[in-house]
Amino acid sequence: MSASPAPLLAVQDLRTRFHTLEGIVNAVDGVDFDIHRGETVGLVGESGCGKTVTALSILQLLRCPPAEIQGRILFRGQNLLELDGEEIRKIRGQAISMIFQEPMTSLNPVLTIGDQISEGSRVHGGMTRQKAWRWAVEMLRRVQIPEPDARVREYPHKLSGGMRQRAMIAMALSCKPQLILADEPTTALDVTIQAQIMDLMLRLKEEIETAVVLITHDLGIIAEMASRVVVMYAGKVMEEAPVKELFKDPRHPYTRGLLGSIPVIGRKAQTGRRLHEIPGVVPSLLRMPQGCRFHPRCPEAIDICREQESSMVSLGEHRRVSCWLEAKNTGKEAPTRGQGGME
Amino acid sequence: MTETAPKADPGKNQAKGLDSPLRRSWVKLRRNKAALVGGCMILIYAACALLAPVLFSGNPSAPNLGKSLEPPSLDQLLGTDELGRSILGRIIYGSQISLLIAVGVISFGLILGVPLGLVSGYYGGKIDFSIQRVTDMLLAFPGFLLALALVAILGVGLKNTVISIGISMVPIYIRLVRGCVLSVREEVYVEAARASGTRDAVILLRHILPNVMVPITVQTSLGMGTAILFAAGLGFLGIGVQPPTPEWGAMLGSARVYIFNAPHAATFPGIAIFLAVLSFNLLGDGLRDALDPRFKL
Amino acid sequence: MTNYIIRRLLSTIPVLIGISLLLFIMLRMLPGDPAQVLAGEMASPAEIESIRHQLGLDRPIYVQYASFLSRLARFDLGRSARTQNPVIEEVWARLPNTALLAVTAITLACLFGIPAGIISAVRPYTWIDYTVTLAALFGISMPVFWLGLMLVILFAIILKLLPAGGTGSWQHVILPSITLASFVVAFIARMTRATMLEVLSQDYTTTARSKGLKERVVIVKHALKNALIPIITVVGLQFGLLLGGAVLTETVFAWPGLGRLIVDSILARDYPVIQGAILIFGLLYIMVNLTVDVIYAFVDPRIRYD
Repeated sequence: MSASPAPLLAVQDLRTRFHTLEGIVNAVDGVDFDIHRGETVGLVGESGCGKTVTALSILQLLRCPPAEIQGRILFRGQNLLELDGEEIRKIRGQAISMIFQEPMTSLNPVLTIGDQISEGSRVHGGMTRQKAWRWAVEMLRRVQIPEPDARVREYPHKLSGGMRQRAMIAMALSCKPQLILADEPTTALDVTIQAQIMDLMLRLKEEIETAVVLITHDLGIIAEMASRVVVMYAGKVMEEAPVKELFKDPRHPYTRGLLGSIPVIGRKAQTGRRLHEIPGVVPSLLRMPQGCRFHPRCPEAIDICREQESSMVSLGEHRRVSCWLEAKNTGKEAPTRGQGGME
Repeated sequence: MTETAPKADPGKNQAKGLDSPLRRSWVKLRRNKAALVGGCMILIYAACALLAPVLFSGNPSAPNLGKSLEPPSLDQLLGTDELGRSILGRIIYGSQISLLIAVGVISFGLILGVPLGLVSGYYGGKIDFSIQRVTDMLLAFPGFLLALALVAILGVGLKNTVISIGISMVPIYIRLVRGCVLSVREEVYVEAARASGTRDAVILLRHILPNVMVPITVQTSLGMGTAILFAAGLGFLGIGVQPPTPEWGAMLGSARVYIFNAPHAATFPGIAIFLAVLSFNLLGDGLRDALDPRFKL
Repeated sequence: MTNYIIRRLLSTIPVLIGISLLLFIMLRMLPGDPAQVLAGEMASPAEIESIRHQLGLDRPIYVQYASFLSRLARFDLGRSARTQNPVIEEVWARLPNTALLAVTAITLACLFGIPAGIISAVRPYTWIDYTVTLAALFGISMPVFWLGLMLVILFAIILKLLPAGGTGSWQHVILPSITLASFVVAFIARMTRATMLEVLSQDYTTTARSKGLKERVVIVKHALKNALIPIITVVGLQFGLLLGGAVLTETVFAWPGLGRLIVDSILARDYPVIQGAILIFGLLYIMVNLTVDVIYAFVDPRIRYD
């Protein structure tokens, strides 16, 4: 590993499992990545690939149904999974906060916006009720909600979808966290609002200098906001690259499939051609294929793909792929993260 | 592109072939010990009802005044009532009466309530409006009170007990079915079926009824318990099943005056009622948990 | 919100009319001739006819119904066939007794049922949860009148601590209230547990936890506040049901309430009282439901600020 400063968050060999009637579901099966101060890392994948569960595992919010979490999650050098309830509570909302996907259901319908935003400041910042309330108004102003003094007293059902999401962002940022886990922050919104929210997040990110783990299935958002991308499939990491390189030169067949299936309007070369798709469906987490998880849908699968899972191949700084084709090309395999250089 | 068949991982990840929702529900139900206990108890009661003459010889209603109000003994396991009759025998024969009432009441509710609910929910409009107003009126009373009022009009006895409680059940089924129909009706597959010209009757039978079966099944189990409870209440008050027919509630009612010197006569029939209702509730709860698609664990 | 309340008020009117119509029709359908019953067995046809005329039974049915309604509006429910007292007086004399039992029972039920349900939901699948769930299941399965008798046997006969029936002192209120409360406390506990479990699995609960709030705050401020809305509704409905369910309890404990009045009247075929008492019950139940709806409108901000 090169001599970059220690990462803010280092997820190492994270495994999150659920015990269900039908068997054990390995929602996250050996994921690792890291993120440095001020960076925006995108976590990309189809629905069900485990990206949300990864985020929830970091903050240990998986209570119902309860999950079994193994591995190491190093935040500022400390393993979050070894903290007790009281200590993790101090991290939540203050050092690491989370933005959720559905603002309608993620905001409490019987509490005012102001109440919900100021809660964090009162608990973590020790502010008095009035001070926290004023701070909530200020946060609403920063997320560009018009008439924040009036809005702050309202209940969530009175706000539109875009405003609710802004309120959620205000809530997440109110204690100036060092890391934000943003789970599909724009997916539930109209396209025009999406653009506004993305602009907002970019601006705030610079103001507050927070790191962001941006979870999404939308590659367009990744292109706009992330500096680095981690591609997940069926609970595992398939590829990681700086964003420009990923779009220019995707190495994993899955990534290539994802990029190829983005509809592009107006490109002459593509008129008349059907939309590219990745055939098949994501496998059920209860019936994982043997060998590489992607091989049943992979157009370039070779024999060994059916039998053994490939290990990570390092292609440079923050650049790795988990694919036999790459292993054969480069002729070497790299140790997976967590075994070298990250103490 | 050829797709290789995925090989299932051996060991814990192997799926147990739980693809059909019905099979999944059955497995969930089997795991629910409480529901199993309830189910077994119901079977025991049913066995008592069917095998009553085998389990107890003689006429359970024949008075034997010489042995009135005797406490439990080796001879009479549960003692005798005020007319000297074996309480155990009357409880066993009482299971026939109670189960008969339960089945009768539920049949009433199903036969009248389900079609009305289906029609009311599916067609809407004036039919829905009028059915709903009548339902409102019936539901404006607490259930037992409604049954009581109906008995006041129709008279006492087994038949009228079943009718009165049955009528008080009907609006519950109507509401239940209607609510279910209303939500299923909005589903896209129903719209699609209509758009492709499927006849209403077919839509109702193939798409809507299977969904409605779930709450109906749960309600039926719980409703049987309620029916037994209501019938016992009416019997206790003296306006339900009439003597000498051995109905548990009536047995309690006539034993009531003797609690000071013969408390056993009032204790045992009550236990019979309690366990019967409990078992239907256990089963009903278990069914509700097993059939609820959201309840994964 | 005012819209909501007005709509609810208006919707009760057809129900009220419907109930009165229902009762009117039902009682007219009774076998036997009320005039004859009142006149007695020895009466001559002329006397029966004059009584019939007095009761207005010789007029067309819709006229009878109209006069029935107008008398209702004046709270004239006729006279008891047994005591010759105005029905309204008979009912009014007994209503406070039933109300006392109902209020005591619902208070007990809330005091024990709601906390039990909350604790059960917050610690699911532990021994506390199993105990509460089982006890609640027992509670809703137990015949109220049997429980009453068992309590009498235990406390009045064996232990000789409390009276077996009647009224007079606060000790007389204990056993009937507990008996009446048994079903309700179980029902409320189950309902509270189910609602809390549902609320605790909602997204906004996860959001609250993600902010680093203490678990106690999450449960009370975020979860309970939401759960209480449907719980209050259920409590109100149960109160209404208690007014009717008191029938059996009052019989067991010889409590001079509205329920016993109905039963005694049914046994004595005192039709004016049956009709009047049931009508009053229905009216009370509807009013309780209406009050519950109004409270609901106040408590749920989604309806309050519409």
